[in-house]
Amino acid sequence: MLWYIGRRLLQVIPVFLGATLLLYGLVFLRPGDPVAALGGERGLSPAAELAIREAYHLDQPFFMQYLYFLKGVFTFDMGVTFTGRPVVEVIAQAFPVTFQLALMALVIETVFGIAFGLWAGVRKGKLFDSTVLLWSLLLISVPTFVIGFVLQAVVGVQLGWLPITAGRDPDFISLLMPAIVLATTSFAYILRLTRTSVAENITADFVRTARAKGLPRGKIMTRHVLRNSLIPVVTFIGIDLGNLMAGSIVTEGIFNINGVGGTLFQAITRGENVTVVSLSTVLVVVYIFANLIVDVFYAVLDPRIRYA
Amino acid sequence: MPDNRYEKTPRPGQEHFVAPPEDVQVGVVDAVDVSEAPSSLWQEAWRDMRHRPLFWVSAALIVFVILMAVVPGLFTSASPKCVLTDSLGGPTQGHIFGFDKQGCDLYYRAIHGARASVTVGVLSTIFVVVLGTLIGSVAGYFGGWFDTILSRFTDIFFAVPFVLAAIVIMSLLQDRNEVVVAVVLATFGWTSIARITRGAVLGVKNNEFVTAAKALGMGRLAILGKHVLPNAAAPIIVYATVALGTFIVAEATLSFLGIGLPSTTISWGGDLAKAQEAIRVAPEIMIYPATALAITVLSFIMMGDVVRDALDPKARKR
Repeated sequence: MLWYIGRRLLQVIPVFLGATLLLYGLVFLRPGDPVAALGGERGLSPAAELAIREAYHLDQPFFMQYLYFLKGVFTFDMGVTFTGRPVVEVIAQAFPVTFQLALMALVIETVFGIAFGLWAGVRKGKLFDSTVLLWSLLLISVPTFVIGFVLQAVVGVQLGWLPITAGRDPDFISLLMPAIVLATTSFAYILRLTRTSVAENITADFVRTARAKGLPRGKIMTRHVLRNSLIPVVTFIGIDLGNLMAGSIVTEGIFNINGVGGTLFQAITRGENVTVVSLSTVLVVVYIFANLIVDVFYAVLDPRIRYA
Repeated sequence: MPDNRYEKTPRPGQEHFVAPPEDVQVGVVDAVDVSEAPSSLWQEAWRDMRHRPLFWVSAALIVFVILMAVVPGLFTSASPKCVLTDSLGGPTQGHIFGFDKQGCDLYYRAIHGARASVTVGVLSTIFVVVLGTLIGSVAGYFGGWFDTILSRFTDIFFAVPFVLAAIVIMSLLQDRNEVVVAVVLATFGWTSIARITRGAVLGVKNNEFVTAAKALGMGRLAILGKHVLPNAAAPIIVYATVALGTFIVAEATLSFLGIGLPSTTISWGGDLAKAQEAIRVAPEIMIYPATALAITVLSFIMMGDVVRDALDPKARKR
């Protein structure tokens, strides 16, 4: 087991390097010269320009620049934004909000997704099942931002139950609606995954055996059906944590939340390369480690998977 | 009498136990009518699908959406001109949905928006299937170093969140059109297909018919193309149908953010962004592009669902 975790950790390294190089290349190979733009219309004196280029290693070839960036990532010194704030500070401020939002969405989609999926899977082919299935398809088909606007208009404006936007330092209540919106698509996927595997497992031989030996129904459901059905669901949830954090770009825009997504989108439109790359790197790291945790977590759920 | 039915010294090629003919149910083999066409997975799936109403509903919707994209003139003869005096006007004779803020006919825009969405969806799905199948099948079929390198390569692209990458690239590009959006979406969307293909190829490549083809002296690439891939195609096709729907949603999201298709192209995502600007005065404007988009995506996802159920013999039995 330990050997497996170690090997899996080693596999993270090339993926991390490759993904960051990809992002770094994408952002920094864009046309335009940030130093020239800094000088505005009057332009910088050649000496000042040279000094800036040297300070930010812009005189070095692309690959060296990337290595300096990596060094910055590991020493938590990723440079400053256009307004002079350290990028690390921006991340430290934006990250907790998005993390809370993504976590809330994750809890919502998991709890409701598994509950509805289990219920639908047990009653496969019945009216409840078809209704839930159709609704899940609808939720997948409607883009997140449309669901966001509808909820804003109905729950926020007309009914007045929840605040419409979150703003600075949002609390649990004001993050509730954004979290629900963020969770909708994944909720539908988790529901469908759970339903399919519950419906499959419920007719499996080991469930019939459990029933034959007189195990109570509740125990069969939790010990045998649910435990076996959760394996694909857990994989999905692990991948989804990263997606939720990146997907918050749209949701945070709608609800005016100052998280990673909102900050990232502003940085992209303003062309703040350093901020874009740094925030994306944080997202990639979350993504990679969520996948890693899922792989290890497999062992807990499925003893059949052996780690040689 | 020694029982010489089971020979002690094996003949060449029969080093293992061979049952005598009378112990084998030769009759069952003889009963198979060779002249009858073999029933393939797809034939069985089709036999199952054509009895399901959901299949016909989604097929009809897909045909309808494609017609909308190819010949929008079939559904609307309204003028594409926007008249500002009609701004936010309600439904009138010949303009059943009313007008948006710029005074454009909402029905006209809802119909004509199909082309952008369907083009991006179909193109990116084609790109993704070609790229993903190529990489996945080579990794799965040839194995070894190929597999290690290609799988890590896939992991790298998989580790970059899809929405994030699409937004970053699209914001860098100056001239954007349907093809550019499709290429960008495909660049970061192919990893799932590659993984699915690799898994399917791994499951197929050790089958007897592959060994037989190898024994007959068929080239490796020919085996991959003629025997392995056709038998691994089912999960790829199912995923591609669903992916088409999600690509259309992704395009709408990008256009909504203002970094997808240019505002000169009529697209549902762009119209949703415009509707959002007027949401306080006229929230009903949003309904039309949103419904059109949802129906399109729904039809493809529903089709993928039906095909998957029909292809899965385990689900069919029940």
